[in-house]
Amino acid sequence: MSTVTLKRTQRIHPKKFALWLGIGTVIMMFAGLTSAFIVRRAAGNWVEFELPPLFYFSTLVIGLSSIALFFAEKAYKANRHLQYRNLLGLTLVGGITFIILQYAAWMQLASYGILLRGNPSGSFVYVISGLHAAHVLGGVVLLGFFFVRAIPKPDPVQELLSEINPERSLGIEMLSVYWHFVGILWLYLLLFFTYYK
Amino acid sequence: MATIESGTEIKIDVHGHHEHEHHHEESFISKYIFSQDHKMIARQFLITGVIWAFIGVLFSVMFRLQLAWPDESFPILETLLGKWAAGGKLAPNFYYALVTMHGTIMVFFVLTAGLSGTFSNLLIPLQIGARDMASPFLNMLSYWFFFLAGMIMLVSLFISTGPADGGWTAYPPLNALPQASSGSAFGMTLWLLSMAMFIVSSLLGGLNYITTILNMRTEGMTMMRLPLTIWAFFFTAVLGVLSFPVLLSGAILLLFDRHLGTSFYLSDIYIGGQPLTNAAGELLQGGSPILFQHLFWFLGHPEVYIVILPAMGMVSHVLATNSRKPIFGYSAMVMSILAITVLAFLVWAHHMFVSGLNPFIGSIFVLFTLLIAVPSAIKVFNWIGTIWRGNINFTPDTLFAIGFVSLFISGGLTGIYLGNSALDIPLHDTYFVVAHFHIVMGLAAGFGLFVGVYHWFPKLFNGRQMNNTMGYIHFWITFVGSYLIFWPMHYLGMTGVPRRYFQFSNFETFNVYGDLNVFISIAAIVVFFAQFVFLINFIYSALYGTKMKTLNPYLSNSLEWTTPIEPGHGNWPGAIPPVYRGPYEYGKNGTDFVPQHLPDNAIWPKDEKETKTELA
Repeated sequence: MSTVTLKRTQRIHPKKFALWLGIGTVIMMFAGLTSAFIVRRAAGNWVEFELPPLFYFSTLVIGLSSIALFFAEKAYKANRHLQYRNLLGLTLVGGITFIILQYAAWMQLASYGILLRGNPSGSFVYVISGLHAAHVLGGVVLLGFFFVRAIPKPDPVQELLSEINPERSLGIEMLSVYWHFVGILWLYLLLFFTYYK
Repeated sequence: MATIESGTEIKIDVHGHHEHEHHHEESFISKYIFSQDHKMIARQFLITGVIWAFIGVLFSVMFRLQLAWPDESFPILETLLGKWAAGGKLAPNFYYALVTMHGTIMVFFVLTAGLSGTFSNLLIPLQIGARDMASPFLNMLSYWFFFLAGMIMLVSLFISTGPADGGWTAYPPLNALPQASSGSAFGMTLWLLSMAMFIVSSLLGGLNYITTILNMRTEGMTMMRLPLTIWAFFFTAVLGVLSFPVLLSGAILLLFDRHLGTSFYLSDIYIGGQPLTNAAGELLQGGSPILFQHLFWFLGHPEVYIVILPAMGMVSHVLATNSRKPIFGYSAMVMSILAITVLAFLVWAHHMFVSGLNPFIGSIFVLFTLLIAVPSAIKVFNWIGTIWRGNINFTPDTLFAIGFVSLFISGGLTGIYLGNSALDIPLHDTYFVVAHFHIVMGLAAGFGLFVGVYHWFPKLFNGRQMNNTMGYIHFWITFVGSYLIFWPMHYLGMTGVPRRYFQFSNFETFNVYGDLNVFISIAAIVVFFAQFVFLINFIYSALYGTKMKTLNPYLSNSLEWTTPIEPGHGNWPGAIPPVYRGPYEYGKNGTDFVPQHLPDNAIWPKDEKETKTELA
């Protein structure tokens, strides 16, 4: 039995693998949307406009939150639990700020006269960034869940057991993969919108 | 440190969890309803799929009544459909609703969820040697999202404006404008919501299938020792995972067009000379209905392979097992599935030859489409090579597998005609296309479903077997009847009879084929009633069928027959057997079969009876 166990450790954990596949499906969805954007743009009757500057701020915020989560994961692995909790909280705040900034950016865009209804060039920006924000929101909910779990338990034995729980270590690794992914996805979308106005 | 942690974790998964399941009696709800056991989820998919199949096929019988006897009235239709068949005559709108629902239900609920969902769930852990799926919880969610999708679709049948009636492809602008038809109102909204739930279900399932196949195989089960069923489920899941998200994007944009005033797919529409505006009074312009077709068919074409690949895999497995011969060209079979999977993503625009596609782009899609004939022909050749001079057990599952090969050849050949844009343009909107896709995709995949049910019934229902006599009656009526329904449609199509028409009696040109339509409808009704033979056999056998006496009734090589007759959650009571060889070692060195879990140095009893008792 021990040989079986050893052999399996060399493979990627199935749940983590499933997460990567799930990321693949999200990539396919946004690839579908952005290629629809390109196809539609090539057909003409396309209104060009400047992106709202708040999009650049939100990019900065989600980038910083990714860095915070990177160090949070390191802190967890090094058993620095207080530091882990603080950095996780910072990531969570970053995620919430990102969504608020995206909303503010849509308001900014609307103030330019580019509305959800109207020429598809604007509709695409709203729908694609909106779907991205929905994926960020999913990440924020998970971050909140992990943050609540990181609050120390009154019973020290229970606390120790939960700290060394391999399931949680796996969860943090997966959360961090997902969070970096939604950050990179946003960077791609921003570059895409900037390039194909 | 990380490796030690995950190592311990897996140990819990494999042993601790499993033993835990055995020591405690599960409650009714956790065992039969919110079950996380892949075998129970497979049963749930199958039973739900069978119920949907009867609803979907019943709809086709209703519209066949209309096509055959347009001037008759059928009081039973009024009883069943109420205001949609006032006076026993089908309302033209509802004819389209029936066609739309028939297509949606059969393609997605029956042949995707009912076929791939059932047998991927049942066979992946059993045949690769795993306790369960990588994530039993997501697997359970996958079923319940499918159930929810079905419930939303069912509700849409009963709303006052009727279900979606713009075709299963949901093309805009017809399906984007609620005022376009009664079914395009709330019915279409429910259709889109149902499809969104269905996509979530398929994705959760697909993620699990791929992860499980790649990560949870038992010791010695290399990829090239996998049964062909597993290879087929694997590529089916890959197709679904890559194509369903794109359909979701298309459907989301359609929802925005319908409800939030965008115009992704709408442009310059005039009704009665008046330009169409959104709720805010702005002109709808700038959209492209062709964009939806691209997004739809990027899923839609892989979808037909999602439907047919699992059937191909099961047919390969059953033909080899029941011919007592190794599969002809195992690696060629794997490579041809791979080739079909890759080509599936490069041919979607062959559904759009009549949509105003640039002829140059069209010719590229013709080339890729015709290339699919190569892997398909390899598979057909190998199936025939497998049964050639085999010691064939003509059980119902074998008959359905041979029927599958026959249908796949007949339907595949007309695909070569339709793949050429020059021929597709005159044939596209005729019954020729209806005949083609029903034979090659609908019937062939349906036969695949029957192959799976007859063959793996003991694994689905606690070791009980189906009645063979009823199986033979079911097979012969279905097989002959299927050809009688769809073969004449080729002739209708070649003479130009258009599909999607409610009634032909007002057209001098098509009027003359009335008798042929009567013939087709009678065949359809007979085949429909023959399915009740299957249903009775299915229900009776699941409850009272004869139990198999040995572990391995078909003397098959694959691992599912090493599990107990009534396997618990975790599949094997002891350790999972390791694997030493490929799955199709039949008739080798004078032995009838050599199961995968048998080591090379094992002393293999020559006598079959001895084998049976030993395994039991």
